[in-house]
Amino acid sequence: MQKLRRIWQSDLAWNFRNTPVAVVSALIVLVLGLAVIFAPLIAPHDPFDPTTLNLMNGFSEPMQPNPFTGEVFLLGTDDQGRDVFSTILYGMRISLMVGLLSVAFAMVLGIILGLIAGYVGGWTETIIMRIADVQLTFPSILVAMLIFGIVKGITPVEYRDQMAIWVLILAIGLGEWVQFARVVRGATLVEKNREYVQAARLIGRSKWIIMIRHLLPNVLSPVLVIATISLALAIIAEATLSFLGVGAPPTQPSLGTLIRIGQSFLFSGEWWILLFPALTLLTLALSVNMLGDWLRDALNPKLR
Amino acid sequence: MTEPVLSIRNLVVEIKTRHAVLCATDKVSYDIAPGEILGVVGESGAGKSMAGNAVIGLLNPPARITGGEIWLNGQRIDNLPPNQMRRLRGKEIGMIFQDPLTSLNPLLRIGDQLAETMMEHLGLTKAEAHTRAIAALEEVGIPAAAERINSYPHEFSGGMRQRVVIALALCAEPSLIIADEPTTALDVSVQAQIISLLKRLCRERGTAVMLITHDMGVIAEAADRVAVMYAGRLAETGNVRDVITRPRHPYTDGLMGSTPSASAGQRRLRQIPGAMPRLHTLPPGCAFSPRCERATDQCLNGPSPTLEADSGQAACWHPIKLEGAA
Amino acid sequence: MLAYIIRRIMQSILVLFVVGLVAFSMFRFVGDPIENMLGQERTAEDVQRLRSDLGLDQPFVLQYWRFLENAAHGDFGLSYRQGRPVVDILIERAPATLELALVSGTLAMLFGISLGVFTAIRRDGWLANGIMTVSLIGVSLPTFLIGILLIYVFSVELGWLPSFGRGEMVMIGRWSTGFLTESGLKSLILPSITLGLYQMTLIMRLVRSEMLEVLRTDYVRFARARGLKERSVYFRHALVNTMVPVITIIGLQLGSIIAFAIITETVFQWPGVGLLFINAVQFVDIPVMAAYLMLISVLFVTINLIVDLLYFLIDPRLRTSKAGAH
Repeated sequence: MQKLRRIWQSDLAWNFRNTPVAVVSALIVLVLGLAVIFAPLIAPHDPFDPTTLNLMNGFSEPMQPNPFTGEVFLLGTDDQGRDVFSTILYGMRISLMVGLLSVAFAMVLGIILGLIAGYVGGWTETIIMRIADVQLTFPSILVAMLIFGIVKGITPVEYRDQMAIWVLILAIGLGEWVQFARVVRGATLVEKNREYVQAARLIGRSKWIIMIRHLLPNVLSPVLVIATISLALAIIAEATLSFLGVGAPPTQPSLGTLIRIGQSFLFSGEWWILLFPALTLLTLALSVNMLGDWLRDALNPKLR
Repeated sequence: MTEPVLSIRNLVVEIKTRHAVLCATDKVSYDIAPGEILGVVGESGAGKSMAGNAVIGLLNPPARITGGEIWLNGQRIDNLPPNQMRRLRGKEIGMIFQDPLTSLNPLLRIGDQLAETMMEHLGLTKAEAHTRAIAALEEVGIPAAAERINSYPHEFSGGMRQRVVIALALCAEPSLIIADEPTTALDVSVQAQIISLLKRLCRERGTAVMLITHDMGVIAEAADRVAVMYAGRLAETGNVRDVITRPRHPYTDGLMGSTPSASAGQRRLRQIPGAMPRLHTLPPGCAFSPRCERATDQCLNGPSPTLEADSGQAACWHPIKLEGAA
Repeated sequence: MLAYIIRRIMQSILVLFVVGLVAFSMFRFVGDPIENMLGQERTAEDVQRLRSDLGLDQPFVLQYWRFLENAAHGDFGLSYRQGRPVVDILIERAPATLELALVSGTLAMLFGISLGVFTAIRRDGWLANGIMTVSLIGVSLPTFLIGILLIYVFSVELGWLPSFGRGEMVMIGRWSTGFLTESGLKSLILPSITLGLYQMTLIMRLVRSEMLEVLRTDYVRFARARGLKERSVYFRHALVNTMVPVITIIGLQLGSIIAFAIITETVFQWPGVGLLFINAVQFVDIPVMAAYLMLISVLFVTINLIVDLLYFLIDPRLRTSKAGAH
């Protein structure tokens, strides 16, 4: 309780309460997050269970009773009679999961490589930072596409669809680690010459553990900001890849896959199959982005 | 007395901030006669640069003129439309900034910067402007001007750059130069050269100069008359010799006492206690009263009366009286 | 300067070697090239002969060297999917992507720079504020959604513009151009807006913030104090000084235009290199992927070198030998 009050009274929390954009974005993210967690409870249908599907329900308009079955769907149905609202809930699940896991992967990889580069120095540092530089020359979405293609090539055909989500996480994560590595390396270079690290070395304690213990608080705020902004980028990257057909497979559709499917009905007038997944993606990406922007301004770490 | 080149009457410049409206200059008045060098002296934040920027029409918002008049050669200029004011800048009023390192555009040859100014104001062709530019550089003492004209600013030393800046300010032969701390950023050895150059050029052309500085040494060296400013108000004006040897305002007196001078012998420097108040915490009445040894309750009652002094004025309830004077 | 450029060229070559290694490893280890080429009906002898034909029995380094050698001659082998030389396919597809990139890059630069200058000059105007707000949304919109939105409005609802393909082509030698027919030009509009919008917003926001920075500098104030026209102050003095960071970003953006063309080309079924690449990724057509990777790295590296050279062209301070210290 004491602790909660301290958090509530901190500068960051005060700043948060007085920034309407941040509060609204956080609320949206919270609602969407809860919807994702409790998707099986909220969703009227399980879009992955073929037994509940009725092809007669196909192309139902939102809020209009289906001419054949009389059923009403909040956001309509797609060509196979799947409830769009339910597919969005499950699709957002995959989008968010891929986003979160790929950022977590990028973060861990970036922190480890950044620590090693900063602490060990020498040619190890040169190699790591060179790779980072070369990778920075290429847009991360392109890196992700390449990695997706390569890993797909290595994976045996029969596992490809099952593995697709994990390949996606790996590909997006590998595209985003550089930012984390740069910040952590910079902080490490500063910290490693501090007295306490020297002292730890003198008394024979593991300098690594001490380094990490002192370093992490220092890099926490920039890493947090990068992570939030990366999350928005990763969600969009995932959607883009899936939209292009090199991401989540139709058997496990993410928001991007849903938009890909919906696009083919654009000309025939079934706008809802495209519009609602697109709006959901926009809302999700925009709120996370706004949250990241606010966090960056509030913490104001020196970010490049 | 001839008509002044510049005449400032009760100039008020205000800065509107989120919390309050600050008065950067409060009813400041002074004149500059043709060929005269007026030194405007005061601590940083005293409003001396604000007055200069107001004259040339380059106040940065939110600062703006809210009262008083500025007259240049018999024409009122504080209410001119922007485009007419722009034509006066450079043509009638030249300006020299403090830092010669940052006053010149780093990406343009100095010859081009001179030529563009001349072509703007004198209606010269490119070739004519080029010839005039070389002459202008020679005049400010740049050696091998014909070659150096194609150099970029970074190829000059600080002192040389300030000479280029002076050439730029004078190249359209304005009748008034505003020199805002022209030597502050320079090496001490170069300062005297620049001051004497500025003095010589303006004497030759009969150009009036508003020399803004915090350095009493520069004033003593260059100025004919001096205006002392404190917290946005004029404390004292007068001929340089009078103000330096017989200051009437206690602040001027303190300023003189705290200026090191080679001729002053072994005398210890005096200090003025405290610091100039920020503009939003000005005391009522005389702004100097909290630091003044002569202050009485009277000083808090309202604006100080303006007294005629030997060759100018002083704004004080209790001016320093000199032996033999009234 | 020369030393710097040589160092940059060496770095670029290193980058190409690294990328080449990645491309080669893809070739060599992703999927079995023998299997891909011979298919099901093959004898052990066929396999052996192809192995030595392809040089797969030679040491790794030698194979890598041969790969680079072939790549330098434009030989990337046969596409697994189409069975034709990759290089022929690339040449066939390149004009579509290059024309799209050219148009959208020009749009992005033209509108980005002019809107950036405009929003910086009219900083507090309602139009400038409106543009800034819209641009914030523009930055967060994923490219493919912009494309779909444009198709919906201009193709589906209004029916003004085609939603896919390049329209009628005219062949000039091996170059197919859409610039010469009405349907070709119409087909270019939506894809190039889609591709250019993000880069435009980015350039605009950058130019704006750099302009605001430069407009505060002394040399811009001095240019104003010399009475130069606003147009000259903004474009000749301020804008040119923003160009070093702006060109850096534009250079990077030109690279990503090629990459983002993948998305745009997919949305509009534009028969360019990007669509070729995404299809190659879908079908794991390794030779095409490798060739694409090499192609765009050469492009990126070349653009970066050009950007470096532009720095020297713009900023005279870099040209002198002292510049190494900066």
